[in-house]
Amino acid sequence: MLEVGLAHYLTLAAVLFTLGIFGIFLNRKNVIIILMSIELMLLAVNINLVAFSRFLEDMTGQVFAMFVLTVAAAEAAIGLAILVVYFRNRGSIAVEDINLMKG
Amino acid sequence: MDMNYAPAVPEIVLACLAMALLMAGVFGLERGRTVSWLSVVSLAVTLLLVLAGGTDRVVGLGGLFATGAFAVYVKVLVLLGSMFAIVMSLTFNERESLDRFEFPIVILFATLGMLMMVSANDLIALYLGLELQSLSLYVLAAFRRDTLRSSEAGLKYFVLGALSSGMLLYGCSMIYGFVGATGFDAIAAAVGNGGEPSLGLVVGMVFLLAGLCFKVSAAPFHMWTPDVYEGAPTPVTALFSVAPKIAALALFVRVLMEPFGDMADKWQQIIVVVAILSMAIGAFTAIAQENIKRLMAYSSIGHVGYALVGVATGTEEGVRAVLIYLAIYLFMNVGVFACILAMRQKGNAVENISDLAGFSRSRPLVAGIFAALMFSMAGIPPLAGFFGKFYVFMAAVNAGLVALAVFGVLASVVGCYYYLRIVKVMYFDDAGEDMDRPLPSEIGVVAGLSAAVVVLFVVVPWTITDFAGGAASTLFSG
Repeated sequence: MLEVGLAHYLTLAAVLFTLGIFGIFLNRKNVIIILMSIELMLLAVNINLVAFSRFLEDMTGQVFAMFVLTVAAAEAAIGLAILVVYFRNRGSIAVEDINLMKG
Repeated sequence: MDMNYAPAVPEIVLACLAMALLMAGVFGLERGRTVSWLSVVSLAVTLLLVLAGGTDRVVGLGGLFATGAFAVYVKVLVLLGSMFAIVMSLTFNERESLDRFEFPIVILFATLGMLMMVSANDLIALYLGLELQSLSLYVLAAFRRDTLRSSEAGLKYFVLGALSSGMLLYGCSMIYGFVGATGFDAIAAAVGNGGEPSLGLVVGMVFLLAGLCFKVSAAPFHMWTPDVYEGAPTPVTALFSVAPKIAALALFVRVLMEPFGDMADKWQQIIVVVAILSMAIGAFTAIAQENIKRLMAYSSIGHVGYALVGVATGTEEGVRAVLIYLAIYLFMNVGVFACILAMRQKGNAVENISDLAGFSRSRPLVAGIFAALMFSMAGIPPLAGFFGKFYVFMAAVNAGLVALAVFGVLASVVGCYYYLRIVKVMYFDDAGEDMDRPLPSEIGVVAGLSAAVVVLFVVVPWTITDFAGGAASTLFSG
């Protein structure tokens, strides 16, 4: 029987976090997918925090995770609001259409 | 746990005033101008409370919050930056039909977040302050919501800002896991106990630094800056280029010197590379820019590079140089943006450098101030910008980073080209359309004030340098 230890949780979180980052950069279709990727990154961090909290037997990590959840909700709300404003002006939320200004 | 509220009184008062103003705005005070002036008064009250709090190091709110000479110095700069930004927005917002009472209030909340960042003494407090600031700034970038440009700027800023918050947070979680606590003092104790720091701690620190590099727009994490600066309404760009940048750089300095002070050999090489890249990108990419706000974005990337030269030294002299640099940078940038806000033709704001042709004939005084600020930005003595760079490069040489200082001097020589090009266009190009008259009085006052600081710094430099020296020494006393 496999014992699930800290390393497993950390690996899972690292994989999810990396998926989130790649989701932001590789996706060319839809801004909603970017929002989902951001959420995935934050949740990966939460797995990290809660796993550390469990294995250190220290509550701080769980408190931190609660704060992260709250801020993530606020962030999603603001992100969607900006997206709605953008959609009204542009009529599209495809990533390749966000090209008015070039860097 | 010791809940000492005293060090956080300015922030608590600012939060209450901002919420009271929000209520006042909702239930009656619909004119943006009234709320804006009340917001400036709120910031002034906070400034007085910060100064009244004294410069001794006090830790409060159960160890989450610390204040001291360093925090007071930076908070004064941040509050001044926000006040100037609100004052400069008054007439602009009325002319561009952005005259809404929410505008100054969102700036107040962003400022509150910046003050919390500067005083954070714990990773949780750091994260919450940073997010309060960032979330408010996303809204401000997209504030002109009926134009595509501004909403695109907001969207880009949001996506890249959220990405950087995620990286910073991942770093925080790793640091927490390998130290077992989130307080800066506990991290400092774990880092300074001798022996090689664990790999997880180093990884966490690198992620934290990457997140912070995004927030100060240091290369290679600068790609959002030009688009956001160009797209956001000009007073918002003025705010972006001063207050959040100063607060984030101060946080950068504190994180590196306090919790990670004993890992200087690990982070120094990262900061050196980031500083070199930022100075190079600031110097070379700005040359091709036609839009003046975009040019200021690249210029601010370059200035962050110069400030990071001081951070890379890791010495008290270097931190003092960074603090002096930030103060000078604040006044230079505020002045330049006041001049940019004065660029209007036939009732419309213009943003191209070529529109400045003949500016010296139609508005000699403003053009003179603009030219003085550009010479200062380029680092030409005896203006303040020269001294900012001088202190930073001296600190780098004294810390043995001679190559870095030489590179910085070369980059600032290249930078001279595009600053002086603006002066050339204003004074020597054939006149185009005349700029509108009259100038709003508050814009004139802000431009004149910042030009006075930039010119007179050489006469009374100790007003800033003594304060900065005292602020820097508090980070190294413990």
